[in-house]
Amino acid sequence: MPNALGLERTDYKGSQSTLCPGCGHDSISNQIISVAYDLGLPMHRVIKLSGIGCSSKTPAYFMGRSHAFNAVHGRMPSIATGATTANRDLMTIAVSGDGDTGSIGLGQYKHLIRRNVPMVYIIENNGVYGLTKGQFSATSDEGQKLKYYGVNELPSLDLCLEAIIGGATFVARSFSGDSKQVQTLLKAALSHSGTAIIDIISPCVTFNNAPDANKSYPYGKEHEQPLHEYEFIPVGYVHPREEITADYSEGDTIQVEMHDGSFIRLKKLDNGHDPRNRRQAIDVLERAQQEQLFLTGLLYYEEPRPILNETLRLVDTPLAMLPDEKLRPSQDALESLMKSFM
Amino acid sequence: MVLELQPQAQSPQREQVINDFALMVATKNGSGSQTSNEVLIRSLFRMGIPVSGKNLFPSNIKGLPTWYTIRASRDGYVARSEVTEIAVTFNELTAAEDIQNLPPGGVCIIPADWKWGQSRTDIVYYEVPVKETVAAANVPQEFRDRIANMVYVGVCAHLFGISIDIVRQALLDTFNGKEKPAMMNFGVAERAALWAQENLTKRDPFLFEPMDKTAGKILITGNEAAALGSIFGGLTVAAWYPITPSTSVIDGVLDYKHLRTDPETGKETVAVVQAEDELAAIGMLIGAGWAGARAMTSTSGPGISLMAEFTGLAYFAEIPCVVWDIARMGPSTGLPTRTSQGDLLFLYVLSHGDTRQVVLLPSSVAECFEFGWRALDLADQLQTPVFVMSDLDLGMNIWLSEPFQYPDQPIQHGKTLDKISLEEFFAEHNEWARYRDYDGDGIPYRTVPGTDHPRAGYFTRGTGHTESATYSERREDWVRNMDRLRRKYDTARTLVPQPVINFDPSKKIGIVSYGSNDPAIIEARDRLAAAGIQTNYLRIRALPLNQEVYDFVTGHEKVYVIENNFDGQMAQILNMEISQSLTHMVSLSLGDTLPMTAQWIVDNIVSQENK
Repeated sequence: MPNALGLERTDYKGSQSTLCPGCGHDSISNQIISVAYDLGLPMHRVIKLSGIGCSSKTPAYFMGRSHAFNAVHGRMPSIATGATTANRDLMTIAVSGDGDTGSIGLGQYKHLIRRNVPMVYIIENNGVYGLTKGQFSATSDEGQKLKYYGVNELPSLDLCLEAIIGGATFVARSFSGDSKQVQTLLKAALSHSGTAIIDIISPCVTFNNAPDANKSYPYGKEHEQPLHEYEFIPVGYVHPREEITADYSEGDTIQVEMHDGSFIRLKKLDNGHDPRNRRQAIDVLERAQQEQLFLTGLLYYEEPRPILNETLRLVDTPLAMLPDEKLRPSQDALESLMKSFM
Repeated sequence: MVLELQPQAQSPQREQVINDFALMVATKNGSGSQTSNEVLIRSLFRMGIPVSGKNLFPSNIKGLPTWYTIRASRDGYVARSEVTEIAVTFNELTAAEDIQNLPPGGVCIIPADWKWGQSRTDIVYYEVPVKETVAAANVPQEFRDRIANMVYVGVCAHLFGISIDIVRQALLDTFNGKEKPAMMNFGVAERAALWAQENLTKRDPFLFEPMDKTAGKILITGNEAAALGSIFGGLTVAAWYPITPSTSVIDGVLDYKHLRTDPETGKETVAVVQAEDELAAIGMLIGAGWAGARAMTSTSGPGISLMAEFTGLAYFAEIPCVVWDIARMGPSTGLPTRTSQGDLLFLYVLSHGDTRQVVLLPSSVAECFEFGWRALDLADQLQTPVFVMSDLDLGMNIWLSEPFQYPDQPIQHGKTLDKISLEEFFAEHNEWARYRDYDGDGIPYRTVPGTDHPRAGYFTRGTGHTESATYSERREDWVRNMDRLRRKYDTARTLVPQPVINFDPSKKIGIVSYGSNDPAIIEARDRLAAAGIQTNYLRIRALPLNQEVYDFVTGHEKVYVIENNFDGQMAQILNMEISQSLTHMVSLSLGDTLPMTAQWIVDNIVSQENK
């Protein structure tokens, strides 16, 4: 069935994946395709960015009509910063991994968040280096065992915690085996105006899928504890039964209006987490780390601060589209300037 | 106080030296001497005397020694002079050595407060009461230390013939017309000049006399010129990380981006992002260039090192961006505040694998302006990173120049297809492949993100790719792509600024050089000619080189390659590029931390010719 743009779901596909059969990353690519199709994303306005690693190969496997940039290791954030500064109308979907973001790219990750570059930043987190065949990453869990490298004795880095501390305004964690939640969070992230971080635990079936490994399929399926149940209500959509009002909390339900007018409705589960509370979000993540809990969902959300384009006070026309007369001052301007140097 | 300053009586016993000597001011860094030195330069400029200034400063905020040399040259030579006849020794830590370095007949202006006495009998001393003069000028306490340097301005004005009114004007120029600081400084300078008139008898031969050689000219630094050139070249994204001596390029962009501010909304058309490091700065440029912006950064050697990997991506994925390298001494941190041309070879082949970069080599502030806009055009035309190698001497020192020429061509965007031209392209070719050579010049056609056409998108990658931008590990695809990149590099030879050649077939000796050595070479050639050594001169303005350079090098009996690095890097490139033996080529490379001088060139060529 064609979507609002008259496109079929297959139009949103990319080329054939070359990842290992069963890779969690392929499942995420499929969710991106579904979400883009559902929302009717205009592919010419979408850019797909990535760094280096298994995860960073995946932009080739969805939305083949969009421009894509597979950059250097850990430095996709700077490409994103430059591209969105050049053209503020672009919708940026970036894919990175735990090595790309948590190790070589940690600095760029935190500075991107600090600048609030408008984009969806997906981390496909499997706690292991795949392409170089099974080394520990910075998000490998303490005590994790790997075939050649033994036991990891270093604490793991929580990239969601780093994001919240760094000033991110949309931070979520999910599990590639939970396609409904991944899709809902992706839709909400696409409606957010600043940097939206989604850290998706995405098992590596080749190097880190033993049942006792915290980022394996069996472990995830058994231990995932969603923080909420979600419903995403796209902009312009009126729910048949209820009237939508912004930002209301009623008992266990929280409804948040996104920047573009969409809503995300959360029903709190056992833990009662309110994602609008930064302190609570940090506590939840620290407790999860201490007690080895696999909590998923929207961890933190706040009203977006100005995005980088606004901080730079740029014109509304994308810089890349400015006509020549806006790019070069006049000859008179040069001549009077020269007089000031005489 | 009413002053009536009289022109200094001429020295009776010696022949006067007019407008052809250098004055060196030794102070402590951060002591405010920059203002005083600028006032002296601007005074000479206002008197119509060709003047140049060289700041030799430490890598330090405050306290370490700094030397500023001001050269007046009635013949218009603006290179550093090997000898400075006059020393203002206001730094007690270096004064002994500064005095020692004066030539016989030189002049030393020294604070009387130190009570140093006069150790040399073959120079002229003028001892001046610095503290008393400042105290008497009734300057607020917090300004006294910094303003003390105006004492030597006043004394020099009196001794060497600068009218106090010119000093006042120069102060207003220096303070951009702000009366209050200008007049506070002027009060001290005027008092010092009056004291000198009443208490000093001129015993030296040096005098400035008004000329008409600076009318219509400008004074500017190379880095400001680079910034202005970029702004007139349509710069839209500048990303950078602070590093000496390049920082003032971006300061210049910040100072002048108002020329491009939208008059109706007050919003900016130039984005300036201070990155977290040079890795990110070049990444932002590449992201911006890929998305259709005109992107530029400025950095120096250590930053270039950090940019090496990303540069390879931009070269291979064919993304435009411009990198200014304001070169300083390396290797490593080296000497951050000393000049060098030592990054040339590194830039030429920057990044791993088989890479070849385009490097522009400006030699004057006018060329910094011109290459500022031209580099952005070339980057778009060639779809590749374009480097511009300036250096600390050209970038941070103040230079005399003709006013800059407005760009003589419209902004060049290269082979970028928008929605309409992409449709036309399909109509003509039945296809569009991002990396296919349709025109035989090696330059492919690109689209930018946001182009509203279902077939505009393509996948950009640093990995092996086909002409259609799909991933490929096939060796045929690899070789075809590299062959095309080589063809593109050959096209670059015809598009980059061509060498400037001064050639007379009767002359058997050729000089090859580039960049900021130019003023020293101009002066050296005059002096060599006067000594009977006639030379031709080719100034390289860009890499890759072209046939004219090869012909010049092979077409002389003797060729001297003059450059300011330790290893003779351009000579190495010539040896690498020219497929015949170059035993007649002599590499003269200085690389001693200071700007090139005519004296050094003359000495070396004369000694070679006498062999």
